[in-house]
Amino acid sequence: MTTHMYPNLSLENNELDNFGGGRDFRGISRVYDRSTATRDQSIVEDEKTVGEWDADSPRITCRQVDVHYGAKLAIDKISLDIGRNEVISFIGPSGCGKSTLLRCLNRMNDTISGCRVRGEIKLDNEDIYRDDIDVVPLRAKVGMVFQKPNPFPKSIFENVAYGPRIHGLASSKEELAELVEISLRRAGLWDEVKDYLGHPGTGLSGGQQQRLCIARTIAVNPEVILMDEPCSALDPIATARIEQLIDELRELYTIVIVTHSMQQAARVSQRTAYFHMGKLIEVGETANVFTKPLHKLTDDYISGRFG
Amino acid sequence: MDRLNDGHIVKSYDGELEHLHCLVLEIGGLVIHQVSEALAAFKSRDPELAQKIIAMDNEVDRLEVQADDAVSKIIAKRWPLSSDLRLVIAASKSVSDLERIGDEAVRIAGMVIQLFGSESSEPNTLMLRDINRIGNLALISLRNAVEIFDVWDEEKAMRVIGSHREMEEEFQGDLRHLLTYVLEDYRNIGFAISVILVIKALERIGHHAHNLAEHVLFRVHGEDIRSRQPFQDG
Repeated sequence: MTTHMYPNLSLENNELDNFGGGRDFRGISRVYDRSTATRDQSIVEDEKTVGEWDADSPRITCRQVDVHYGAKLAIDKISLDIGRNEVISFIGPSGCGKSTLLRCLNRMNDTISGCRVRGEIKLDNEDIYRDDIDVVPLRAKVGMVFQKPNPFPKSIFENVAYGPRIHGLASSKEELAELVEISLRRAGLWDEVKDYLGHPGTGLSGGQQQRLCIARTIAVNPEVILMDEPCSALDPIATARIEQLIDELRELYTIVIVTHSMQQAARVSQRTAYFHMGKLIEVGETANVFTKPLHKLTDDYISGRFG
Repeated sequence: MDRLNDGHIVKSYDGELEHLHCLVLEIGGLVIHQVSEALAAFKSRDPELAQKIIAMDNEVDRLEVQADDAVSKIIAKRWPLSSDLRLVIAASKSVSDLERIGDEAVRIAGMVIQLFGSESSEPNTLMLRDINRIGNLALISLRNAVEIFDVWDEEKAMRVIGSHREMEEEFQGDLRHLLTYVLEDYRNIGFAISVILVIKALERIGHHAHNLAEHVLFRVHGEDIRSRQPFQDG
């Protein structure tokens, strides 16, 4: 039997059943309640967030978040919860604010002059914008993987060992080596690089470099991994490997992914948030957002009618 | 309903969806013709007309292949989402329902040839009345179902679904009715069985029309209401 790079696609795995959010539409009254609700809400054209923006046990909570770049308002009063062990994807047209919000989640925007963040963002109930918060451990807790793989110009081993070393996560050489191996294994790269740990990380293929960056992020024991279009520079095979990896990693981490590929969002995430001109338009279970979105703007965008 | 027809940025995508939609309607028109001609052939006891109905099935099959092909090409090329995805699914399912309606019309035409093709016996005209009544119900349902697939009229779709119960009751009544002829004179049994087969075919046509209305509701709302089955809850 051939196996897919995505085990979800093979029949013995019942993950596909989850595409539908495990909802049971068998109750007749519920069917009619929901379909009326869908119809009423689908004509909503104002800019209040529709759908389930809150989560039962959130890892991150954003409340009334505003972001300005100078005088320009990039994000307008966004409230959103990000649950534990879930993958949430942020989608929307360029300039909609999705990457800006992503960067707020580990204070990456601090480095941009003129950027002001208002409102409240909490990680595990702790305000990450408090004055006395040290951003270095914050960014270890909330790691980031970028669009273009950016390994350090060092060996594969050093790329992964660097973070644990500066954060003091390993007390001995052996422990460090073990941590590097675990991280590379989790990133699905170990078997490919175990005999070349001393080779430069920049010598790997694009997909391998991206997995090296993921290993580097994992090595400092994060709670949340932010991914900003992690596959847009990769070929379909490397993309499939990263998507499979995301699926495995969600057991251990909360993952937020910004992507321009609707299909990628549909494949990897359990929840999807649609942004439009700095506003959060709709949040919901991914399966619902892509098959029966509530808001007209979401519908137009995902079906390619936006114009 | 206009929002379902807003154009895509890629214009040729609109063309492909429109083409698929039209193919379904074309098959719909063809099977409506098949069913109404089958009923007419029964009424006028015309085996020649019945032959024509059987011959039309090739055209239905040809269009079904075209529609299946359009569905797989759209899925492969466009990766449809939201209402587009629902349209493609609804079209694909509707095509199979329509094709089966065509098969049932062919079955009825076959019975016309069997019953009226030779001068063997004079059929009991009283028994044929049932066929007219249930035949009209099935044909009305089918016409409505194809029409709502054109205009996505959800209220009418609900009516088609609602009328299915009437159809089922008619079918059960006809069975009881035909049984009385058999009890009256067992020599009627051969003819009664033929009539029952025709009535059953018409009942199936009504059922497929009911499915078509469900596909329309799925396309409009994104909900599968098949679990409702109003004809079973009473």
